[in-house]
Amino acid sequence: MLDPLLEEKIREQIRTHKVLIYMKGTPEMPQCGFSYTAVRILDSLGFPYTAINVLEDPEIRQGIKVFSNWPTIPQIYINGQFIGGCDILQEMHARNELRPLVEAAFAQADSQP
Amino acid sequence: MLTADGLRQLLAEKLQALYVHVEDESHRHAGHGGGQQGSGGHYRVQVVSPLFTGKTSLQRHRLVYAALAEEMGQSIHALALQTYSPEERPDLGSIEGKMAAPVG
Repeated sequence: MLDPLLEEKIREQIRTHKVLIYMKGTPEMPQCGFSYTAVRILDSLGFPYTAINVLEDPEIRQGIKVFSNWPTIPQIYINGQFIGGCDILQEMHARNELRPLVEAAFAQADSQP
Repeated sequence: MLTADGLRQLLAEKLQALYVHVEDESHRHAGHGGGQQGSGGHYRVQVVSPLFTGKTSLQRHRLVYAALAEEMGQSIHALALQTYSPEERPDLGSIEGKMAAPVG
């Protein structure tokens, strides 16, 4: 089970970032091919995103797998919604489904008082 | 030790897959460790299953991960997934999956 404090920490990260990726390494220096592919796709969209390096935080590394019920890293959240991993991000990008989702996330933020 | 063939069989059985193709890419990642308990294999998998019909990719991947719950993070370090319903890939015959499926 997930520690309540850790769960709250993750919930807060997801809630406060429009586009969030849990990855191995950093966007500048990804430490895994799947994380690399995922950040290059996010880069191509031209919107800001936040990356959390799970290699620097063993608690989050395990916790996010439990939280999302998803056994692998990277994991991508857009507008608080779990998108999936690298394969799904690639699929959505190929179908032109990713950009509208990100655009909507930022449009929504702008219209809020 | 899980082999590519074992993985194929596992997916064919648990997902009632009509087609499973497994590429073992572990050699491309030699020396780059997985978990603390030794690195498992890297696999690229294509699955055609009737269980995927009407489901999103997210739901399909969850089904695959559930089928491989015991292997994920143990004998499997990384898994690249492509999931299709039979309607999406009628071209992918039922050759590989059926061979691995249990008889009777």
